[in-house]
Amino acid sequence: MQSYIPILFFAAIAALFPIAILVVMALLRAKAPNPTKLSPYECGIASATDAHDHRFSVRYYLIAVLFVVFDVETVFLFPWAVMYDKLLLFGLIEMAVFLYILVLGYVYVWKRGALSWA
Amino acid sequence: MEPGLFFFWLFSAVVVVGAVGVVVMRQPIHSALFLLLSFLGVACLYVQARAELVAAVQVLVYAGGVMVLFLYTIMLVNVKRQRTERYLHRQAVPALGFGFLFLLVVGGVVVNEARALAGKAPAADPAALATTVIGSETVLGNTQAVGWVLYRDYLLPFEIASLFLLVAMIGAVVLGKRTMERFD
Amino acid sequence: MALPFPLSDLLVILPELILSELALGILLWAAVVKRERERALAWASLASLAIAAALLPVAASFAGELPRSAFGGMIALDGFSLFFKALTLLAAAVTILFSLRFVGTSPYPGGEYYALLLLTTVGMMFMASGTHLVSIYVALELMALSQYVLAGYFKQETKSVEAAAKYFVLGAFSSGVLLYGLSLVYGATGTLSLGGVSAALEAAPRSTLLMVGVVLVACGMLFKVASAPFHVWAPDVYEGAPTPVSAFFAVGPKLAAYAIFARIFFDGFGPRSDDWAPVLAASAALTMVVGNVGALMQTNVKRLLGYSSIGHAGYALLGLLAYRAGGAAGQPEAFGLWAILFYLTAYLLMTFGAFGLVVLLEAKGYATESVDDFNGLWKRNPLAAGAMVVFLLSLAGIPPTAGFVGKYLLFSAALKAGWPALVVLGVLMSAVSLFYYFRIVRAMYLVDGEGEVRWREEPAVAVAVGLCFAGTLAFGVLPQPLIALAKSCLLP
Repeated sequence: MQSYIPILFFAAIAALFPIAILVVMALLRAKAPNPTKLSPYECGIASATDAHDHRFSVRYYLIAVLFVVFDVETVFLFPWAVMYDKLLLFGLIEMAVFLYILVLGYVYVWKRGALSWA
Repeated sequence: MEPGLFFFWLFSAVVVVGAVGVVVMRQPIHSALFLLLSFLGVACLYVQARAELVAAVQVLVYAGGVMVLFLYTIMLVNVKRQRTERYLHRQAVPALGFGFLFLLVVGGVVVNEARALAGKAPAADPAALATTVIGSETVLGNTQAVGWVLYRDYLLPFEIASLFLLVAMIGAVVLGKRTMERFD
Repeated sequence: MALPFPLSDLLVILPELILSELALGILLWAAVVKRERERALAWASLASLAIAAALLPVAASFAGELPRSAFGGMIALDGFSLFFKALTLLAAAVTILFSLRFVGTSPYPGGEYYALLLLTTVGMMFMASGTHLVSIYVALELMALSQYVLAGYFKQETKSVEAAAKYFVLGAFSSGVLLYGLSLVYGATGTLSLGGVSAALEAAPRSTLLMVGVVLVACGMLFKVASAPFHVWAPDVYEGAPTPVSAFFAVGPKLAAYAIFARIFFDGFGPRSDDWAPVLAASAALTMVVGNVGALMQTNVKRLLGYSSIGHAGYALLGLLAYRAGGAAGQPEAFGLWAILFYLTAYLLMTFGAFGLVVLLEAKGYATESVDDFNGLWKRNPLAAGAMVVFLLSLAGIPPTAGFVGKYLLFSAALKAGWPALVVLGVLMSAVSLFYYFRIVRAMYLVDGEGEVRWREEPAVAVAVGLCFAGTLAFGVLPQPLIALAKSCLLP
């Protein structure tokens, strides 16, 4: 467990740094708010609507699901990769079968046009 | 208190606070952020249990992928209308009752088992669990141990899991795509 | 290089291998096929199922002596699993015949429907032969995930989407409960193979950890077979899902779930049967009452059949309790075991028959058939009305139908196993079931006036219903061949 102490340090620094910045800025900055300054910045144009009024397209969700599927697939590659030299040809073949099924799925998704935004 | 125990309680507290936050927050987006906190706490607990690979998976898949899914879902629904609706209804009381009962049973079992185990040496050293003996060679590491077991003993479930992922893909396309035109 | 398993293990899963390969092919075909040529996919899927069925005996003969364990104890091929695999293949085939119109008239391309149906069948086949909690769970999830998608496949119908959402949320929750239970069992026994769990239970003292684990697994399983008090989702899902899919849900996944239910509880938790048998008995009693009494109040035919299938889940649970009546599994005298195989076959035939007639007679579009819609059907279509009567008689357990023989065998096995009170309740509830089944019969024969249902020209469905009809009557009059088949499957 000793080897995790540096990580702990990094985590502490990463947590403290933004807090410190916020505190220091709050102490140093000039405070002269007006409505224009307080409005959300949107390319310098006055914002037209509230973000909450919009429902985003379901297509984002489709991409997200596909992302998770391939994310899980990648996860399976890690333990396989570290033991590749022990699993030998057997491991190569079984990973090939695993990827074969998913690549077929990928081809299907592609052919169905789920990846195009049109 | 020894440091291991201290961190165990710290991470557990993070997990519980995160989980409670998910339920009580009014804004779905805040619930999602608390869920993220809970996921990270669980990952820390995995690290403490010497399950490094599972911790990495927890961060990669849950804090990464699943979290993205949740955020998109929140973006899909009309959040503004949701906020004005009551979110505790009459089922809350029996649900709380059953939840409490479940907590009582599982908590009782945990306390009971912990009493039975108190003073006994652990059945297996976590470090020993992370070694794999292949012939005359000993391979160190949790990820390696998982790899060895997963890709040999659990070959069949592993390949079925790939079919499962395929079905997830088909389901996403079938249910998520508004029209299913082709581009040939 | 030392392989962890002999290569011949691949032959044990030959039907599943080929079927999943064909499903992948159909999936790719679905992505490129023209809309008007989609019906070819249905026939290809039927052919795939037939090929898998034909490979079952091949796999059995290649596997050598049964039961044959494979992949380090992940799965086993034995008569029990072969029988269930054949039944699930039959269920999928009948579902395809039922689905042609639904898929054809849907505004969405339908190829994936068949691919998903084949993949869920692969999951059910792996479930039937799973002997390891991990392989069982992964196969169960493969089956369930495909079914969530199938339930919502026709997403132009709000009801279909509602059914899918309910099925998914409750199904995922029950999977979580099941998985939690399995993890506790693993914690208590240190192993996940059913044989290992059983051995550990023989040796280990009673522990509360294990008890909670077993109870949670039981809860998860009762969810999956739609037994009280975890049955609430079933009528809603059956009502909302497209009728062919409802028919499939009422049969296929339940069969597979019974297979793993029996395996987990008898091969795995068998040494603790004194602890869990009362829990299952209580659930069986409650399920019989809730299903049959609930069905009394239904006006929608699909809901009525849904509640009736809950009632049947109660009878089947009774059969599970009697699973070992008269001898261990693999013994020809294992009366309870072949009784439940016979009963489930009869259940498949009569449930598909009744649902198939609903598909054939579907009235105002989507899932709106009330009992009144069957009014006066007798005059317009005596054949359909007559077939419906036979299926309803069989569901109620009246001779000369397969349902009667199945129930008779089941109840005698339960008597042998020492559950007389439950058998009395079962007989009582069968009498109650007559009331609601006869409401449909009354509508068809005794009520004047024109119901909404119309006969549709669908030869595929008619053929499937005809087969179910023939089976229901034939196995009712001559049950011996099927009993002999069920017995021979259990021979070592």
